[in-house]
Amino acid sequence: MSASDSVKLFNGGVAALDSMPVLPYDLFADRVLREFSTAARVAAYFGVLPEEPGEGVELFAIMARERHGNFVIYRTRVGETFQSLTPNCPQLHLFEREIAEQFGVVPSGHPWLKPVRFQRSLRPGHDAWGRDPALHPVVGDMAYFQVEGEGIHEVAVGPVHAGIIEPGHFRFQCYGEKVLHLEISLGYQHRGLENLLIGGPHPGTVMQMETIAGDTTIGHMTAYSKVIEGLGGGEAPPRAQAVRAVALELERLGNHVGDIGAISGDIGFLPTASFCGRLRGDYLNMTAAVCGSRFGRGLVRPGGVYFDIDAARADRLRAALDRARKNTIGALELFLDTPSVLARLEGTGKVSRADAEDLGLVGVAARACGIARDGRFFFPNGIYRDIFDDMIIDENGCVYARTRIRQREVDVSLALVSRILDNMPAGPVRNAPQPLRPEALCLSLVEGWRGEVVHAAITDPNGRFRRYKIVDPSFHNWSGLAMALRNTQISDFPLCNKSFNLSYCGFDL
Amino acid sequence: MITRLFLHLLVLFALAPLLPGVIGKTKALFGGRKGAPFLQHYFNLWKLFGKGLVISRTTTWIFRTGPVVGLAVPVIASLFVPFGSLTAPLGFNGDMIFVIYLFALSRFCTATAALDTGSAFEGMGAAREVTFACLAEPALFFSLIVIARLTGSLSLTEMLGPGLLAGWHGAAASLILVLVCLFVVVLVENCRIPFDDPNTHLELTMIHEVMVLDHSGPDLALIFYGAAMKLLVLGAVVVRVAIPVNLGNQALDLGVFILGMIGLAVLIGVIESIMARLQLLRIPQFLIGTILLSFFSLIMLLR
Repeated sequence: MSASDSVKLFNGGVAALDSMPVLPYDLFADRVLREFSTAARVAAYFGVLPEEPGEGVELFAIMARERHGNFVIYRTRVGETFQSLTPNCPQLHLFEREIAEQFGVVPSGHPWLKPVRFQRSLRPGHDAWGRDPALHPVVGDMAYFQVEGEGIHEVAVGPVHAGIIEPGHFRFQCYGEKVLHLEISLGYQHRGLENLLIGGPHPGTVMQMETIAGDTTIGHMTAYSKVIEGLGGGEAPPRAQAVRAVALELERLGNHVGDIGAISGDIGFLPTASFCGRLRGDYLNMTAAVCGSRFGRGLVRPGGVYFDIDAARADRLRAALDRARKNTIGALELFLDTPSVLARLEGTGKVSRADAEDLGLVGVAARACGIARDGRFFFPNGIYRDIFDDMIIDENGCVYARTRIRQREVDVSLALVSRILDNMPAGPVRNAPQPLRPEALCLSLVEGWRGEVVHAAITDPNGRFRRYKIVDPSFHNWSGLAMALRNTQISDFPLCNKSFNLSYCGFDL
Repeated sequence: MITRLFLHLLVLFALAPLLPGVIGKTKALFGGRKGAPFLQHYFNLWKLFGKGLVISRTTTWIFRTGPVVGLAVPVIASLFVPFGSLTAPLGFNGDMIFVIYLFALSRFCTATAALDTGSAFEGMGAAREVTFACLAEPALFFSLIVIARLTGSLSLTEMLGPGLLAGWHGAAASLILVLVCLFVVVLVENCRIPFDDPNTHLELTMIHEVMVLDHSGPDLALIFYGAAMKLLVLGAVVVRVAIPVNLGNQALDLGVFILGMIGLAVLIGVIESIMARLQLLRIPQFLIGTILLSFFSLIMLLR
């Protein structure tokens, strides 16, 4: 492979756009497929409108290579149509659908070409499905997959649900109680975030970043901050990195504990459900003790953080953590030591390792299938370069494995927070922001609690965003949930859904 | 006779809504919470009776019969079941079969009312409910046959009368198995954990709750009231088999019965707190095991 085909970047790295050759599509496809065959996987694959008005769309494929600890980026340009890579590489299926929807170019040969978020094409007059722009797109309006035959029935759930959760539409094709196929149709929360960011950063951009997925505020905001810092040619001071890591781990703790509580509630096991509900609040309150917001809004900013953890605050955090630790470990052990709980969780909603690899799952869902995939370990940045060595992997890929991963990661995160608090680097917590480098691409990956959060920015000659791409872990993992449901009982869906606990708004953007 | 009838109905109407309150309080204590007051179910019923009704346009009169039969059946059935040593106001030879099929009638009406809405969820719920009921029925029958054989009667009043105490002396092993089977039947019939979760909001996992999703206001109140009464009537059989004593004083006997019922509710609450729900696929296996157990208790008696 010649070095000039592509650009390789470390996490948080920047490359000038003109250092990236625009490959002909055939060569691009060949190179991308070859990367996949050497255990690379897609981190982001997106279209960009060309700078000078003209035909077609530029495509950037960013692939993560755990083995090398870096990313490789290929760039190409396509006209109205291009040969789909999905048949050879299923993990691209959603990315290609997204490109088709956003730019009205058709990936020919795509086996499952349907809208993703029901958004309008960025190129007026170009629609991948040739629909009437006056009538389309309407959310949820597409041809759903259907199974026919005697005894087959269809169950539609949502977008309005019985609980207080986000809207999403699920179609089950069932034979009795058995699910043959689940199709998930989202887009109800589409806010047009990526379009709003073109020409940015605007004064409101930070608020938008914090609300990409409200439960991953710190994860997304840290990823964004690193993109801005990378394009500005600097890094946040070490003390700020430590504060970010504390906040990120507290976010992980709160969500993992809350998730286990929700799983417990779903199977009607009350003690852990009640305890975890309260403990989640304790962890959120620790974040609030740092910055005044339970979800960490307003804490992380490009250049550093707005709030320091001084000695007095660190002592209070440590005390709160000690109180919560004992209860958390007790509640989780009680849960996973109860035979009826194990009987309910083990073997339910299984995703095979091969499917997980093919679909490019990330985060908890991938680690539960025995795949070593943790951004803190393979693509560390900031303080994680020095302190993180405890990646948790389980096997079997069932609900039990996903629960167990969370339980063990809670232990790891508790230890991490204590360690960081004991070894806070001295110094300032914020650098002055620098102007962004023009005509460059910057990429950052943060391992949020759900999985890897990938942000990539491409700047124009004035140092404004020409394109800002956000990939929430949910974007990779929703297909995993659909696969987990194959040939299981339909009554297991809520439990599987909770064990993935994916974000709707992080997907819908 | 009239006083007896009146007393029976008074116990039924007044005591029934307390049981869900006791169960709820027990579960709350296990969860480390204070929980809703004991009388919460009475407040809920009062609230629902004061509300309006929303009825789907796709439904017919069948939809309205579900709740009415759901309340009427436990009321009629209660008249054949002795509450502790308070004998039942009505009874005839073979009324045990009548009572069992009264509950089957109520299930039939609830299931058809659910199917009447045309909702996929409610159809699923109805299918599950009927399947599990089919499997719970043999266990109930075998258990009652054991008692009938012991007491030499097919009327519930006599089956659960003084003869039962003598039965404990002669065939305690059989009766212990019967007690376990009857308790499982109470859990299944009243949609309790580990078979169903009355508190879940997840339509796809529900069994009984999903069948009544479309009911609202007074209709829903009838269903809740009927469900609480069903728990009392079926629970009364279990409590009577467990505590077959006659103190001779009506007030004391009533007190023993009420304490027994509250004890049963606490036991249900404890089981709901320390157990997770069974996977839906496992429920039939569990119920078949219960049938075998009840069959075994009959064999032990007949050997």
